[in-house]
Amino acid sequence: MRARPRLADGTGPVLVVLLILLVGLAFAGPAYAEPGGYLALLKRAAPLVVLAVGQYFVIVSGGFDLSVGSLVTAEVVVAARLVNGDDANTGWVIALLLGCGILVGLVNGLITTKLLVPSFIVTLGMLLVLDGAVFLWSGGAPRGALSPSFRLIGRGSVDVPVLGQLPWSVIVLLVVVAAAVWFMRSGTGRTLLAVGDNENVVRLAGGRVDRLRLLAFVLSGLLASVAAILLAGFAGVSAQVGEGLEFRAITAVVLGGVLLGGGRGSVVAAAAGALSLEALFSLLNLLGVSGALESAVQGVIIIAAVAYAAHGAGLWRVLRPHRPVPDTA
Amino acid sequence: MSAVRERARGRSDVPPRTRTFVITPVLVVYLALAVLLVVGSVLVGVHGGVLLDHGGILNILTRGTVLGLVAIGQTLVIVTGSLDLSVAYLVGLCSLVAAETMAGSPAMIVPGVLAALVVAAVVGLVNGLVITVLKANAFIATLGVALVLRGYLEHNYTGPAGSVPRAFQHIGYDRIGPVPVAALLMLLLAAAAWWYLRRTRTGYHMYAVGGDVDVARLSGVRTGRTIVTAHVLCAVMAGLAGVFLAGRLGSGAPYVGTDAGYDLESIAAVVLGGTALAGGRGGVAGTIGGVLILSTLDTIFDDLGLDSFFKDVVRGVVLIVAVALYARRRAARRST
Repeated sequence: MRARPRLADGTGPVLVVLLILLVGLAFAGPAYAEPGGYLALLKRAAPLVVLAVGQYFVIVSGGFDLSVGSLVTAEVVVAARLVNGDDANTGWVIALLLGCGILVGLVNGLITTKLLVPSFIVTLGMLLVLDGAVFLWSGGAPRGALSPSFRLIGRGSVDVPVLGQLPWSVIVLLVVVAAAVWFMRSGTGRTLLAVGDNENVVRLAGGRVDRLRLLAFVLSGLLASVAAILLAGFAGVSAQVGEGLEFRAITAVVLGGVLLGGGRGSVVAAAAGALSLEALFSLLNLLGVSGALESAVQGVIIIAAVAYAAHGAGLWRVLRPHRPVPDTA
Repeated sequence: MSAVRERARGRSDVPPRTRTFVITPVLVVYLALAVLLVVGSVLVGVHGGVLLDHGGILNILTRGTVLGLVAIGQTLVIVTGSLDLSVAYLVGLCSLVAAETMAGSPAMIVPGVLAALVVAAVVGLVNGLVITVLKANAFIATLGVALVLRGYLEHNYTGPAGSVPRAFQHIGYDRIGPVPVAALLMLLLAAAAWWYLRRTRTGYHMYAVGGDVDVARLSGVRTGRTIVTAHVLCAVMAGLAGVFLAGRLGSGAPYVGTDAGYDLESIAAVVLGGTALAGGRGGVAGTIGGVLILSTLDTIFDDLGLDSFFKDVVRGVVLIVAVALYARRRAARRST
């Protein structure tokens, strides 16, 4: 009755899927015959995994965060303008970006908890506000440029004795996931999970429901900032950099078997879901499936994942034309 | 600002227990719309224009028509406690189906419209079945269907396709005085949807399912069938919006729905109209008010010559403030 059963709950299937995809990659592409290929995959997946971990905190506590995609776009555009290609600006701009992420999360969380607005609406409004504000400020086209030291985090790597070149983004990714796992095993993390399951019980038991919800949104905003810094370095500055990322992060979390509505699922599974999604896109790319069909595949997969989560191994019984006695409610 | 004043008045005017004069969300929406029209008229007047002249009314109603059609359908789904994120791509798909079936010949108008509506109904059926049979969360189910539609559109189309005969383009441009015919049709459909929700058995069932699906099931409501019906109707309304847009543009356009963001926009309009996102409360009348507020805001911003991105900011703030007010009123009533 410690953390073991909860960690296994829903984590198994996504890890199997991930393993199959990774093995598939090794067969499909020669680049994946050596560790370098997988490191490149990790590096590519790092922003999405970080976003998915942030989204996990919000979803598991029973909410949504639709604002992360536009937050990423806003921060990348703002960073480019403020850094303006000067290495001297890197430090304070990064601090400012992280601060902005926390602030956005704080606003999302306060409106959700104090004004009792559903998080779907709050973060949808935040999405509109951020999208509008950033374009208003930048005049429609991003200006300025990032400095080399800023881009180092997203694209650079460091020499490690055994592995060779280890990308900074992979280190950030590992630190974030490890911290998230540690957090979810702590008392606060478990109470957060309980809030998603049944907030009244937590409230009656003396838990600070509002404060925990707020914390989830703040963490989501903070991690979205980290993802923005990684993406800015990796992909460069554009006004479309965060487009659709919120739905992709939610897809990743759901793919990891985390229940929408909260209360179930592990953070490792959410991260594995994000990694699986990225691995799948790489695999489809190698197999020559057109990029246009990528979203269709993504759509089918999330429906399948949720259906599997709802029915477990009994799914085949539901899908059979004439079903026998339905034994699961 | 106006909304804040509404709330203050609403609070002081509602005595706890009498039922004589209750300020319903619908009333609040239309009061807010009236205040917005007055404030907007003054602002535009100061700027040297007239808000509610011939062109202004035409502008507000034309903008509201498509969003109104989508939002009416979205209302049915949200009242049932569900959600439809696939409407934006569906609008684009249906505009293409209609325009390609018509292919410029007036004889194919009816088959074109029917084909688009059948496609829409099938997509709605898929949405509903994924939610009820596969027990997928509505958010994920319709997001998945939306992504599938998006993949289909991106794979097969790069730009506008098909063409609409001139006779059918009348539906997009004809008007009686300053009122477009299409807007009247939209209002007619809104009235039909209102009647359906308030006066038919299935309509009542939608409220019941949205209020509490387990209670509804135990009371003998076929909840699955009700949810599927709501999704099919919602998709058909989105299909109508696509057909109308095809008539207005003269051809089908794959991204006409997503460029305008009809998925989230329609949800915003519904919620702005006082319908609870969790389901079971609200209605079409409020939604139309929400749609008119959004399209009036757009028109005011255009008349004032403000940056279009500023619109998004105001829109987001209005949405959050409005829902916060509804939530407060509800919480206040519950505690008394």
